[in-house]
Amino acid sequence: MKVTIDDIEIDVEPGTTILNAARKIGGDVVPPAMCYYSKLPGTGGKCRTCLVEVAAGSTADPRPMPKLVASCSTTVMDGMIVKNKTSQRVHDNRGGVVEFLLANHPLDCPICDQAGECHLQDLGYEHGSEKTRYEEVRRTFDPIDIGNKIKLHMNRCILCYRCVFVANQLTEKRVHGVMNRGEHAEISTYIENAIDNDFSGNMIDVCPVGALTDRTFRFKSRVWFLKPMEAECSCDKCCGKAVLWVFGNEVARITARKDTYGEVEDIDGKTGWLCNDCRFDKKDLTKWTVTGPRVINRHSVISQGKYATSIDKPIKRIG
Amino acid sequence: MSQHTQPVFDPSEVISFNDAMMEKITAVIKKFPEGKEKSALIRMLHIAQAEFGWVSVPAMNKIAEILSIQPVEVYEVASFYTMFHLQPVGKHVFEVCRTGPCALVGSDELISYIQDKLNIQVGETTEDGLFTLKTAECLGGCGYGPLLQCRNQYHEHLTPEKVDALIEQYKSGQIQ
Amino acid sequence: MKNRRLLLEHIDVPGIQGIEVYQKQGGYDTLTKALKNFSPDGIVEEVKKSGLRGRGGAGFPTGLKWSFLAKPEGVPRYLVCNADESEPGTFKDRYLMEKIPHILIEGMILSSYALGANTSYIYIRGEFMYILDILEKAIAEAHAKGFLGKNIQGSGFDHEIIVTPGGGAYICGEETALLESLEGKRGNPRIKPPFPAVKGLWGCPTVVNNVESIAAVVPIVREGGDAYANIGIGKSTGTKLISACGNLARPGVYEIELGVSVEEFMYGDDYCQGIANGKKLKACVPGGSSVPILPHFLVTKTANGEDRLMSYESLADGGFASGSMLGSGGFIVFDEDQCIVRNTWNFTRFYAHESCGQCSPCREGTGWMEKILYRLEHGQGNLRDIDLLEEMNKKIEGNTICPLGDAAAWPVAAAIRHFREEFEWHVNHAADAQKRNYGLIQQPVVA
Repeated sequence: MKVTIDDIEIDVEPGTTILNAARKIGGDVVPPAMCYYSKLPGTGGKCRTCLVEVAAGSTADPRPMPKLVASCSTTVMDGMIVKNKTSQRVHDNRGGVVEFLLANHPLDCPICDQAGECHLQDLGYEHGSEKTRYEEVRRTFDPIDIGNKIKLHMNRCILCYRCVFVANQLTEKRVHGVMNRGEHAEISTYIENAIDNDFSGNMIDVCPVGALTDRTFRFKSRVWFLKPMEAECSCDKCCGKAVLWVFGNEVARITARKDTYGEVEDIDGKTGWLCNDCRFDKKDLTKWTVTGPRVINRHSVISQGKYATSIDKPIKRIG
Repeated sequence: MSQHTQPVFDPSEVISFNDAMMEKITAVIKKFPEGKEKSALIRMLHIAQAEFGWVSVPAMNKIAEILSIQPVEVYEVASFYTMFHLQPVGKHVFEVCRTGPCALVGSDELISYIQDKLNIQVGETTEDGLFTLKTAECLGGCGYGPLLQCRNQYHEHLTPEKVDALIEQYKSGQIQ
Repeated sequence: MKNRRLLLEHIDVPGIQGIEVYQKQGGYDTLTKALKNFSPDGIVEEVKKSGLRGRGGAGFPTGLKWSFLAKPEGVPRYLVCNADESEPGTFKDRYLMEKIPHILIEGMILSSYALGANTSYIYIRGEFMYILDILEKAIAEAHAKGFLGKNIQGSGFDHEIIVTPGGGAYICGEETALLESLEGKRGNPRIKPPFPAVKGLWGCPTVVNNVESIAAVVPIVREGGDAYANIGIGKSTGTKLISACGNLARPGVYEIELGVSVEEFMYGDDYCQGIANGKKLKACVPGGSSVPILPHFLVTKTANGEDRLMSYESLADGGFASGSMLGSGGFIVFDEDQCIVRNTWNFTRFYAHESCGQCSPCREGTGWMEKILYRLEHGQGNLRDIDLLEEMNKKIEGNTICPLGDAAAWPVAAAIRHFREEFEWHVNHAADAQKRNYGLIQQPVVA
């Protein structure tokens, strides 16, 4: 099936979504996605940041679609013409979505642990305005611990539901979810319940913002001061392939390996989710075999001054 | 700072449903195809609320157990729908419709009147535990407002005099 | 001409709630005859010919919707009746189900036969629990008479109807949210496609229809699709239940032939008998809270000076600039003492309260609008707030998963469009605005 996105034509399998077709092209024709996560079936459709314009539905029916469509959940048709960065409507609308997402979001990136790798921060840079027009009292929650490894800071949550999907798909018993509704909707365990299972740490990795953070790392360092290293260990629970974020000889934190869209990469044909042992309890270089530097190919501050801009040409530098 | 919604309950408390409830619940579950029992969830919450007056965590845990689902699935659903009282309420809960068409015919004044009459604010319960006052969004009686719902009953075309009479009727047990 | 009633024809007959009286008035004759004389597709054809448009609000042709139903082998199909009536201003389905439940049951069986559904569900809003009891009683009566169960009237068609309640959520009137709720989940609307006709209840092909639409199938099959299409005007065929409320002398549920003039409906002796207490008309929301509000001079006449009629087309005449929509038929009338800003805030508070919170423009936008409108109404607004509201409307409308975003945006946009002066007055004369209402607005003089 042929589809044209921002004047670039590409051939994709039937059933491919517009977003994934765009990801096949890569670069800046890819719409940003705050809730969709290709490794978690069922996600998407909620945040509305990936809305694009369909200028022609298909060869058979070339009429334009009247509304913008969610690229993450709309499948391509043969001959479809899509506009993302070439559409003013899309651009304006995305600005609107950012404004909505930031309406109740604290504007305190300098003290947020996610800063530097926050998707909302990136989105704000690209599509946000300099000043907020929100003059109302913000919705606030106290940060709470959900288990001894994870901090939930609901003020920062954008309700992408990804962590709920992780709990559903990766763990046996889901104990947290979305309570209440509308602007009062919140991620919660409702009763004071610790999220405690071998794969709960992945919720931190999938969170696009600073709502779920690693308690073993919080406020220890800024991510851009750390050196990301690819490392592996033998683990019978997970793939054992991770990124160690190192400061000197100390391992400050451990995350899964994420691709350019912030999604956990496939390792040996399977999504490289990490178990909690690897993530939280092996903060010691002697427990890992470091295989090389991890290139973070993002436009955020983490990669500033560290690497060449393309993943194809990493600067050879270790430590 | 506001807090996460958190119910007050004793984690060791286990609740049991009596035979009459279980009979109703079994009948409701049977209405749905095998494997689709979760469809009975909302009606089960109604059955629990009718019995206990509100829906407590132990009651929701019991429902989860009957349906073989995770308790959080019940909490999520119960907190989504506004009819379920997740905190203890008075014996009679007055839910006064406050939406547009009712407001055009005096629901705001009615709410104030009931607040003064019962000496409570919206969301509160009288000291004797008899009445809780809540507001509701459109109850589907727009042509007959202002109105309030108490359990399964609608009380429509309300005036201060009718409210006075209504409160007396509930107090005396004339209306159950 | 005397208004023709098809649904409420026998509403005043004592005991019509019970099956005996209903049958005496010809009830279930249509079903019995149809099972003998019509094939399922034959009924679909009649409904198509009738031009019936969905009575829940969107006005989509019912026959067409039925024809989209996928029919894969070995997969059950479902009919789901949307009885989650919660649109402010609308209370017609409640009236119909309470007073004459058997017409809905008969319509359900007929429709299910047409669609090949052996089980159908009535999803009724939780607040109507007492009507759930009425419906279950009616179903039991129909069972006892052999209109439900196995091999209905010897036709070989089996059918069961199950009534199930919601728990208090306007959003469950949206068909995919309704299906989620029916499956025992939170009422979050689904991402479409797939549409319910392909993947609906438990992933099976499903048709979701409003109570009134399903009930209308009875007179359509009885009279024939063509005869039904002859009632009404243009593409607005048949009769429609209108829930009249607000400041009217005689609010209530009326069955009208589509095409009656708004003037006649609002002031006529057979209908609402004018504004209550001899007041003047200020504005009207003719189709439930989600549709645009009309100032008094655009209610009975269109912008072109033509008589406005109670029909899908005439109420929409002029587009959003000077028209509105028939919607669900919730006809809300405002007298001269009402405050538009206050009402707009009230409606927005409703939508903010009822947003499921799933998608960001609706979750954040409705809450934000509510807060701004609260300030405007309470004398703490700025002129820039009015522009911000307008802009926000454009960012919400069309960009959400389900139509609740549109439904929340339209009333605010229309109120500002027609009553901007009144909003500005609330800002510029804040103290005054706390004490009295703005009153009527003047009709613009067209040069």
